[in-house]
Amino acid sequence: MTLTPLPYRVVDRRDETHDTVTLVLEPDGEALSPFAPGQFAMVYAFGVGEIPVSVSRAAADGQRLTHTVRAVGAVSRALCGLRAGAAVGVRGPFGTGWDPAAARGHDLLVIGGGIGLAPLRPLIDAVLTEPHGYGRLNVLAGARTPGDLLYQDEFPTWARPFAAVVVDRPSGGWRGRVGVVTALLPEARFTPADTTTFVCGPEVMIRATARALAGKGVRPDRIRVSLERNMRCATGHCGHCQLGPLLLCRDGPVVGHDQAEPLLAVREL
Amino acid sequence: MTGQPDGPGGAGVLAALPAEHSGRLTALAREAVFPAATRIFEEGERADRFWIVRSGTVALDVQVPGRGRAVVETIGKGALLGWSWLCPPRQWHLGAETRDAVHAWEFDADAVRDLCAEHPALGMALVTVVAETIGDRLRATRTRLLDLYGPTGSQGSSSAP
Ligand SMILES: Cc1cc2nc3c(=O)[nH]c(=O)nc-3n(C[C@H](O)[C@H](O)[C@H](O)COP(=O)(O)OP(=O)(O)OC[C@H]3O[C@@H](n4cnc5c(N)ncnc54)[C@H](O)[C@@H]3O)c2cc1C
Ligand code: FES
Repeated sequence: MTLTPLPYRVVDRRDETHDTVTLVLEPDGEALSPFAPGQFAMVYAFGVGEIPVSVSRAAADGQRLTHTVRAVGAVSRALCGLRAGAAVGVRGPFGTGWDPAAARGHDLLVIGGGIGLAPLRPLIDAVLTEPHGYGRLNVLAGARTPGDLLYQDEFPTWARPFAAVVVDRPSGGWRGRVGVVTALLPEARFTPADTTTFVCGPEVMIRATARALAGKGVRPDRIRVSLERNMRCATGHCGHCQLGPLLLCRDGPVVGHDQAEPLLAVREL
Repeated sequence: MTGQPDGPGGAGVLAALPAEHSGRLTALAREAVFPAATRIFEEGERADRFWIVRSGTVALDVQVPGRGRAVVETIGKGALLGWSWLCPPRQWHLGAETRDAVHAWEFDADAVRDLCAEHPALGMALVTVVAETIGDRLRATRTRLLDLYGPTGSQGSSSAP
């Protein structure tokens, strides 16, 4: 893990939606160690600031970094505005990651809300490269509107045996499904007692999803959720990312829901 | 009429009922097939039957004055389609239209209510399952009002196209 940012350069960018961009970064010299699915980098937009961003695709060469960023504020907007050739500073890898190895042999439910699908994509990729290592893979994605859905062109390759999207507010002649992401659960193919679930999205979505999964009989310690908190140092020193006894940059962002639930229920810390 | 080995079963509403009750209920089921884009019922019409979806999806919608129908939810396999038949005024609260071809078990509401009166334990079990469905839809609606995919207070992508 590198504690000072290394220089990287944007070598590719792709508009995913009206406010979300995927950037591919290449080291300008020394490269960071490879990232595991679910881990994140601290990405510094020069002169603006640094934010945590997950890796959204594992590098085939172990060197390039792919990030999907949604513009919500100063730094993320600056990153989304970068063009090929622009320089950024990157530290990492940080965090616990999804640890797909612990889910070997289980059915998998991968559930993403909005930008939450980005950190889940390397996990899906990893599972797909090992078709016999896992049980049935189900990918469920929800978004506010059809215009907010990420990676739609990749869904057909994820449908093993089930992948589906649902939107909250249909628009523009959307003929797909409308509702919350848990509405897709009855169609997913999994044996609850033998399933590991990976959930990422806004906290209210995580809570609703985890509750629905527990209701179906998925064990809370097999519901892995990725939590978001403001981060500054990402090394477990500054305390910005504290959630109860956890420092999420070090002990998270991925934690078991058995651990997360009592902490998320605390109104204020 | 069904109730035979290939009768309704598996996931969803029927699976949630104890076997003896689901057996009695499914004896009243008729098979129903709706092609894609069929209006199954309209808001305000008399709710005299209900369905359990076996395959395909159904969109539930509300009429928005001046803007036509707005889809609020899509339901699929195993789901209960229609609960307005259970209590007065027994009029559909929403409209329903098939998205793709739908196979369903259809139940006559009067017959089911009679069956429930005859077998109070079955009635209690069925009402509990229907209440669960209503609860699920209420929770889904509340979650959506909380803005499921955007953190509280964020303007985020609410201005999306
Ligand atoms: C471990 C981890 C991994 C992350 N991975 C990704 C990723 O892969 N892609 C990505 O786009 N983001 C990711 N984020 C979120 C990202 O770090 C924040 O969006 C970013 O810190 C916002 O910084 P800013 O300076 O752009 O906005 P700020 O100026 O800090 O915030 C501007 C406004 O946006 C709101 N806001 C902040 N974060 C979000 C958010 N996530 N969604 C909506 N509104 C928000 C704030 O409440 C504020 O009102 C991750 C966060 C963590 C903790
Ligand atoms: S960000 Fe500093 S302790 Fe986690």
